[in-house]
Amino acid sequence: MTQLPTPGATPAAPPPSEPPPTAAPPRPRWRETLGLLARNPTAAVSAVVLVLIVLMAVFDETLAPDGPNEQDPSLQLQPPSRSHPFGTDEFGRDILSRVVLGAATSLRVGFASVAFALVVGTLIGLLAGYYGRWVDDALMRLMDVLFAFPAVLLAIAIVAIRGAGPANAILAIGIVYVPIFARVTRASVLGVREEVYVRASRSVGASDWRLITRHVLPNAAPPIIVQTSISLAFAVLAEAALSFLGLGPRRPNPSWGLMLADGRGFIDQAWWYTVFPGLAIVVTVLCFNLLGDGLRDVLDPRQRTLMAGGGR
Amino acid sequence: MTSTTQEVLVSARGLEVHFPIRSGGALRRTTGVLRAVDGVDLDVYRGETLGLVGESGCGKSTLGNALLRLVPPTGGTVAFDGADVTGMGRRELRELRRRAGMVFQDPFASLDPRRTVAQTVAEPLEVHGLHPGRQARAARVRELLQLVGLDPGVAARYPHEFSGGQRQRVGIARALAGEPDFLVCDEAIASLDVSVQAQVLNLLRRLQRQLGLTLLFISHDLSAVRHVSDRIAVMYLGRVVEVGPAAAVAAEPQMPYTRALLSAVPLPHPRLERSRQRIVLRGDVPSPSRVPSGCRFRTRCPDVFEPCPDVDPALQPVGSAPGHVAACHLHGVVGTPVERERPDAPVDAGDPAARR
Repeated sequence: MTQLPTPGATPAAPPPSEPPPTAAPPRPRWRETLGLLARNPTAAVSAVVLVLIVLMAVFDETLAPDGPNEQDPSLQLQPPSRSHPFGTDEFGRDILSRVVLGAATSLRVGFASVAFALVVGTLIGLLAGYYGRWVDDALMRLMDVLFAFPAVLLAIAIVAIRGAGPANAILAIGIVYVPIFARVTRASVLGVREEVYVRASRSVGASDWRLITRHVLPNAAPPIIVQTSISLAFAVLAEAALSFLGLGPRRPNPSWGLMLADGRGFIDQAWWYTVFPGLAIVVTVLCFNLLGDGLRDVLDPRQRTLMAGGGR
Repeated sequence: MTSTTQEVLVSARGLEVHFPIRSGGALRRTTGVLRAVDGVDLDVYRGETLGLVGESGCGKSTLGNALLRLVPPTGGTVAFDGADVTGMGRRELRELRRRAGMVFQDPFASLDPRRTVAQTVAEPLEVHGLHPGRQARAARVRELLQLVGLDPGVAARYPHEFSGGQRQRVGIARALAGEPDFLVCDEAIASLDVSVQAQVLNLLRRLQRQLGLTLLFISHDLSAVRHVSDRIAVMYLGRVVEVGPAAAVAAEPQMPYTRALLSAVPLPHPRLERSRQRIVLRGDVPSPSRVPSGCRFRTRCPDVFEPCPDVDPALQPVGSAPGHVAACHLHGVVGTPVERERPDAPVDAGDPAARR
């Protein structure tokens, strides 16, 4: 649990006249992380795809060939063709355009809910792990209560109470993921809290706030970062589930989950109606998951040393 | 304590650090008490190096931590330069942290891997608002690195780029940044290679003279302690059992435990080494959760006799050197009578007739 979080910390015997350390200029850690990530092909491809998806969501209005709700009664449920590569739906709307425009909704809900869970959950985990005792007991029992509900059921309950709509979907998914972040953070903090360098900083007079922000959180961060990536995958999925159930964004604005729900009725006549939004979900979720795995490999110090060729 | 008119910088009286032993499970009942430090009286004089020795688990480190209130004492008092450490408020405690530093055992664990050497060494400066301004701080960091024999050019590097000895120098630079009066070196050389140990030891001695530091040098390495210390304090099972000038303690140990400890040190001279008589103690150290009644060393002492289980020995002047004290009934039965039949203490102290 209290493993040395340093890469390449080889306790090699130095000669009496110790040479100054390696000649290479010190690289900031995040650059090193990025470099290693780039050498992991799966994670690198996932990251690139995700960047493209995000760009697509940001520039959706420019990229989409048609508007989201431009109907053409003469083009109902057309199969994929040159003018409509993903086909059309029952109102003659271009599915490609709606998938592109739906990305913004899905990702916005995903990012916002994970951001909420990240901030609240990390704060709770940090307090519970750092202060321990009754703070830990109180906060973590609360998290256990949240954990006891099936995630989607809890989200549905929250939306049912507060009403459907993107804002409430964000809140619902966010609350569902708070306990996961709280647990991951707490576990990580429990290990870091006992590190000698934390005690050393206390011995020179550092305050709790300083210890937490300068030493504990940065060193406890890797699992939290990994969890963020993986949670994004689940959040996109949860948003789709809520939309599918009609608890997320309202029609007629496109969202991937909503399109799945609408296409379900025509699945025997128009496979493209459900397959393309479904593919968008699969690709996004898969990429977040693979990126999360890659980050885990890179941020785990032992793995990291291995991948860096052991020498660093 | 006696003779010397030197000024006392740090003083412990009846200092106790007891840890509750909790059972597992949801109830977490306290099932016992671990007496890591159990009634320590100790003075550290300004400007001296006091060596604190004892075997593993005897409470040396806990004592060092308790003196700086890095571990909260459960009883007794600590005074630092006349101020009561145990009752300090937030502001006073911060000033104590500036005036009293600590060097830790493992240089691979005591530096934050995500912070550069400069950030680590500058932390006390930031915390205490010393040398304000970017440039002034950077200059002070360079100065500190030079002071501990490191190239100031390494300031921007991360700890994993350094060797153990270099890291320990960084740790020392951090401890010195606030210009402390008092430095606790908690096994500061124990995890270094032997060749590097000597370097760091000499660095500490040089710094002590140069900066007029008061040093508490905690170690299980008697040779190292003898090399650096003005006085030596010997600890056994949470209690200081003998204190005196280094030469006196080394040459004429007055307590059987100290004698046994010293007899375990190999001598450099082959002839002397051949004639060295080792005193091998019987049995293991009792658990600090089951401290024997009376003299806590009696279960292993070769010289145990009648009063040992009944009277808790107090430190009393012994030997010829001034300031040499030991807690042992062989020098006269002095101390607090105790009940022999303590339920948590083994009664059998060996055969009283075995007295030599």
